[in-house]
Amino acid sequence: MAFARESVADTSLSAVRTWKEGHPAGKAIGAFPVYVPTELIQAVGALPVWLFGAGGSIDISHADSRIQSFVCSISRSTLELGLTARLGTLDGFVFPSICDVARNLSGVWSRNFPETFVEFLHLPQNRDSASAVPYAIAEYRRLLNGLSRLTGRPASEADLRAAIESHNANRRAAQDLLAVRRETPWLLDAWESYLLLRAGATMDRDAHTQFLRNAVAAARRRGRKEKDRLRVVLLGAFCEQPPIDLIRAIEEAGCYVLEDDLLLGLRWFREPIPADGDPLRALAEAYVTQSPASSVSHYRGRRKQDDLPASIRAIGATGVVFCTAKFCEPALYDQVLYKERLEAAGIPYVHIEFEEKMSVFETVRTQVETFVESILFE
Amino acid sequence: MTDGDAGKDLQRRLLSEYYGSLSDEGRNGRKVAYMFVPGNVVELTRCFDMLPVYPEINALQCGIKKMAGDLILRAENLGYSSDVCGYVKNDIGLMLSDRKSPFGVLPKPDLLVCNYSGCNTFVKWFEALAHFYDAELFVLDIPYLREREAAKEDVDYIVAQLEELATVCARISGVPFDRGRLRRTLELSMEAERLWVEALKTAQSHPSPYDAYFEAVFYMAPLNILRGTEGCVEYYRLLLEELRARQKERRGPVPEEKFRVVFEGPPPWPHFRSFWELFKRWGVCGVASTYSKVGGLFDQGILHDPAQPLESIARYAMNCYTNWNLGLRLDLLRRYVKEYEADAVVIHSTKSCRSFSVGQADFREVLVKNDGIPTLMVESDLADPRYYSEAQLKNRIDAFFESLSHRRLLGG
Repeated sequence: MAFARESVADTSLSAVRTWKEGHPAGKAIGAFPVYVPTELIQAVGALPVWLFGAGGSIDISHADSRIQSFVCSISRSTLELGLTARLGTLDGFVFPSICDVARNLSGVWSRNFPETFVEFLHLPQNRDSASAVPYAIAEYRRLLNGLSRLTGRPASEADLRAAIESHNANRRAAQDLLAVRRETPWLLDAWESYLLLRAGATMDRDAHTQFLRNAVAAARRRGRKEKDRLRVVLLGAFCEQPPIDLIRAIEEAGCYVLEDDLLLGLRWFREPIPADGDPLRALAEAYVTQSPASSVSHYRGRRKQDDLPASIRAIGATGVVFCTAKFCEPALYDQVLYKERLEAAGIPYVHIEFEEKMSVFETVRTQVETFVESILFE
Repeated sequence: MTDGDAGKDLQRRLLSEYYGSLSDEGRNGRKVAYMFVPGNVVELTRCFDMLPVYPEINALQCGIKKMAGDLILRAENLGYSSDVCGYVKNDIGLMLSDRKSPFGVLPKPDLLVCNYSGCNTFVKWFEALAHFYDAELFVLDIPYLREREAAKEDVDYIVAQLEELATVCARISGVPFDRGRLRRTLELSMEAERLWVEALKTAQSHPSPYDAYFEAVFYMAPLNILRGTEGCVEYYRLLLEELRARQKERRGPVPEEKFRVVFEGPPPWPHFRSFWELFKRWGVCGVASTYSKVGGLFDQGILHDPAQPLESIARYAMNCYTNWNLGLRLDLLRRYVKEYEADAVVIHSTKSCRSFSVGQADFREVLVKNDGIPTLMVESDLADPRYYSEAQLKNRIDAFFESLSHRRLLGG
């Protein structure tokens, strides 16, 4: 845990520097949330590094002149990290099509760092179309070609397959970790699993997989006793990361968080991606057909809010904690529809808004305590 | 025609006929397709006798008619945050008010065509309408334009989706897809677009015969609402005639054109007139604007083309202003300053529209520091009257033009 905590708090990316010392020709590529097929980055021998903002650890001064104050913290703090040379060890950046802000941030980035490799990845929004898979393949190929030019190393099919297998194992380990929490939430807190997963943002994928497996084994050995807590699902469409103390406050106010959508991009697929056929097609098909419900990609087939009540009941949760980043439009739109469906199904919820800079959590604690008491002592 | 009334009268008549067609009696059994202005596919839906409804236009009309504030509050009472787009909340508010718009009661959608061009909020907006109306939603995914020329893969992707959309429209309307009709409709669009481009260019003269921001937003209405009709072509023929007459007489929108300005960003609709006055008093004339290109960058050579029906719709959809990447947008602003011999750029940054506004502060950095183009950036909103602070705006606008006047006096 200490390692994970240190790694998450380190905005200067020293873990990436250490990786590069061990890989003198290796490049490191930043990926903005929520989902980027980081397999492509790994396949060209580079290290994928997730960009999760500065978490309130730095003051925003340079980014203020580039991005207005009514825009979310993560875009402003990420740009501040860039403008203050804290991301200097990264050789390139990929911004996916999650929202208007992330899309435009890719343009601000290109303008401010003209020598740096910057790609905007358009993930297909019309996943019902028969042309979505061919389009995603074309996009992935374009990105892969750019990455190959940057690293000077083309990716063979074998490289891509190896990267898919490595990511499959990592996602499996992440699912196992989250299953411990879902099935025996007293053994593993949500803030802990969050830190353990997030440590992977700057780690070699295979090393992180081993790290998670050890964590799963250690969590299962814990002798903690179950407490009388409300079982909830935490939903925030988390591109922007909530302060860790905010997650702790929610739990300490009397909740077991059975499921959440924190760091969703690191565990986007529940099922393994086939590594035996055409790898780009496999990645594209997985995105089009297997993507989870998320505020940043349009649903396929059924409306995602219609499935929410059943999915909450299926895991034995009683309520929902919405935790949305201030100014995050995709999350703020979706929570209205989610709440409607929850109300119709008689599932209680509470809504918290956060910013990276948030440092006092007493109000949240009181709000969640009241929510918990209103249900447990009903 | 020299007094401008013929064009205005025709626009009034055409729009009144359009809103009349949306009424219960006017629809006459025709199906209704909601769609957005940027990158819309009205030429295609017209082939199925479907009536277009444009929620953005309804929202801006509500802004002008001072209805937006109340409608936005209704949506906020339903749970929408104060930090999300005012257009969306205006539209949700309209829905909650039984769709009573300034032009009558709007019909419910039979199909929501989310032509996702340059704005991710569009997807969230129509996801909400699909939820509340329980209507069918087709998300027409338009890739972001990253290079000046659209990539073949991007165009192919859109064309394939247009074919799928045509199948959906045929099913809903019961009208088979007639490709000849599509070509004829595109012909009319192309003709109106050509005339509009000519009209836009008249602003290159000194003085400009019209304000390419504050007046252009009204002149562009038929192109955004009635594209693909003969009435639309006729309107632009009259408009061009009128602007040329004004040009000849050296008549412009301000008594004396003192500052020629390129405007970036949407106007504050609920305070449109008072915002314009803040500039008029300084003799400011908008000579080019980016907002008048949200419905299509026709002046950049992107026209509908009956010879390439679906391909030209795809290229058109990719080439709406906010679907251009920031580098292309910045270059366009610089080109406008040069081609229209502008003295300054004014950026109106709106909280509602992150698609427009994220990146504008960076534009200002470049325009001022690298290019030496005087640039003013002011902030309010396009829909929410609560974000408009007249005193603050006036201070900033006055200070900017005062300093430009001084600079001019000093020969700078």
